[in-house]
Amino acid sequence: MDAIVVKDLTRRFGQFVAVDHVSFTVGQGEIFGFLGSNGAGKSTTIRMLCGLLKPTAGTATVGGIDVGRDPEGVKQRIGYMSQRFSLYELLTVEQNIRFYAGLYGLSATRFGERKRFVLEMAGLVGREKTLARDLPGGWRQRLALGCAILHEPPILFLDEPTGGVDPLSRRHFWRLIDRLSEAGVTILVTTHYLDEAEYCHRLALIHAGRLAALGTTRELKEVFANRPIIELQTPDAVGVMRALDAAPEVEKTSLFGTSVHAVLRSRSVDPSALVSSLRGRGLTIDAVTAVAPSLDDVFLDAVEKAGRQ
Amino acid sequence: MKKALAVGRKEFRQIVRDRRSLSILLLAPVIFLLLYGYALNFDIKHVTLAVEDRDQTAESRAIIAAFVNSGYFDLVAAVRSDEALVRLMDRNQIRAALIIPEKVGRAVDTGRNASVQVIINGDNANTASAVLGYATTIVLSVSATLQMEQRGVRMQPPVSLEPRIWYNPELRSALFLVPGLIAFIGMITAAVSTALSVVREKERGTWEQVRMAPISTVAYIVGKTIPYLALSIVSAMAIVLAAMALFGLPMRGSWLELLLAISLFLAGALGTGLFISTVAESQLVAFQIVLIVAFLPTFLLSGFIFPIRSMPVPIQLVTYIVPAKYFLVALRGIVLKGVGISVFWPALGALVIYAVGVLGLASVRLARARG
Repeated sequence: MDAIVVKDLTRRFGQFVAVDHVSFTVGQGEIFGFLGSNGAGKSTTIRMLCGLLKPTAGTATVGGIDVGRDPEGVKQRIGYMSQRFSLYELLTVEQNIRFYAGLYGLSATRFGERKRFVLEMAGLVGREKTLARDLPGGWRQRLALGCAILHEPPILFLDEPTGGVDPLSRRHFWRLIDRLSEAGVTILVTTHYLDEAEYCHRLALIHAGRLAALGTTRELKEVFANRPIIELQTPDAVGVMRALDAAPEVEKTSLFGTSVHAVLRSRSVDPSALVSSLRGRGLTIDAVTAVAPSLDDVFLDAVEKAGRQ
Repeated sequence: MKKALAVGRKEFRQIVRDRRSLSILLLAPVIFLLLYGYALNFDIKHVTLAVEDRDQTAESRAIIAAFVNSGYFDLVAAVRSDEALVRLMDRNQIRAALIIPEKVGRAVDTGRNASVQVIINGDNANTASAVLGYATTIVLSVSATLQMEQRGVRMQPPVSLEPRIWYNPELRSALFLVPGLIAFIGMITAAVSTALSVVREKERGTWEQVRMAPISTVAYIVGKTIPYLALSIVSAMAIVLAAMALFGLPMRGSWLELLLAISLFLAGALGTGLFISTVAESQLVAFQIVLIVAFLPTFLLSGFIFPIRSMPVPIQLVTYIVPAKYFLVALRGIVLKGVGISVFWPALGALVIYAVGVLGLASVRLARARG
């Protein structure tokens, strides 16, 4: 059975449609990435799935429970961690754990067990008496994660969980998420770090409240299967882009660092012929290579398509 | 209930570790008490007085003596001209002047009417009206005596006033003010600390985290307010004890009833703070709202300093929603009069209504915010 089933989920705030007929399912044990820029509707969707916000239309079931009908029932089955690592600064590590355990009504024996688990997972054994505000970012993040899974929820929501954390801690964090997923925990994570999306089993791209793309990274990159991408090194990026945009065999161009990316209309377009015609017009091209589509390309493409509709 | 306890324990630990909220709860009341207790002093004694005696007779000296002997006036200057009086008044060296014109003595002797003039510095209306009262009484009693003497009879005036002031016989303003201070301090500390504690959680993001957890709004509120209720009750009782030691506040009634009145009042104050926290998104805004809805009404509209009966009727109506007004009735009843609950129960009832109302309102708003 799927852990999360979302059907035509819609939320309006007055005239503004924050989430517009979004549908997807998340299987048990899956790491499901939710991508989108700020204000795209990610947080509104998560808040509905967590039972904090009533949907205007559509349905969503989380762990088999309808979020619109039984939001309190949903809260029992989920864990939630936000980008703010919501810990009490003036409480020690142990007191924070104790508070969240109390909030979820853990028994004394289970508390002891889970506390040990969280301390080990977060690497905080021996630092139980440290105040939360004195912990470095990575540790705070892992403690916040620990507090969110104290009650062993089958479904975990992570809202931008890696903001403001160093790369090493980020990698460590994703290893922990991976382990949870292997243990069968379903994870829905929002992020706007596209490199982190690679850790997810499947991705949903949300743009202006609508689902713009959905699938595994490989599936998403399929949109470029018949549209090769070439990268051109040139000292005159602006001139090259202008010339390429005028060429009928080029779909679109974009600037990637100091180089230019061009999406070709089909596999039959010959990049070398294109380059020689550019050179013929007096433009300098240092090198040209075929590149695999990145998630950035996929994301931009999906957003453009959504914008055209 | 267990969850409420978990919230309460957490809240208590936070308060104890947070020097700022702890000092608002425990230290600020004491400072307030000392500051206001000593500074807000309406006692009028030692009014500086200058005399211009143009008559220089036995009668004029009797009038001056009556002023000096009353104990309210300190004779600091005897002048010979009006200009000198004006100069002294301008320089704030005197607050009142007594002018006895020529021929007052003669007028008294011949049974005609004579006038003396009192000039009072009216820059403080409170003091001025009290001084006017003293001066009037003194002149009336002097003229009665002089009248008797003029008729050649040595006897007492036919009717004399023997005033007794109950509950505060020496009319010390401290006794009148301290109950108001207890209300004022209690309201401020309880409302401020509760409002800030919730808004701080909103700012930190822990508020959202808690909303994601399966805990009812009521359990959360109960857990969150109980530590503050306990601490502010302790703090209010400490103020009462300090006021007894420092200002000689009598405690004539029952301690149990005092505790009851204080608890009810503080529950309402906490509810006010909680309600404010549902409106405000930052600690600064919360503080400003507390100032407007709790601080000023408690100070101005509760009868703490300004008698409600002398306010215009529309403002008198507003005072009915100021909980401190009822608390003061109960508190003055217990502390100064030593009367029992049978006398001030309507005030306690009003406090119950306020507390239930504002806590209910806050719960409804918090529950709605949960979606």
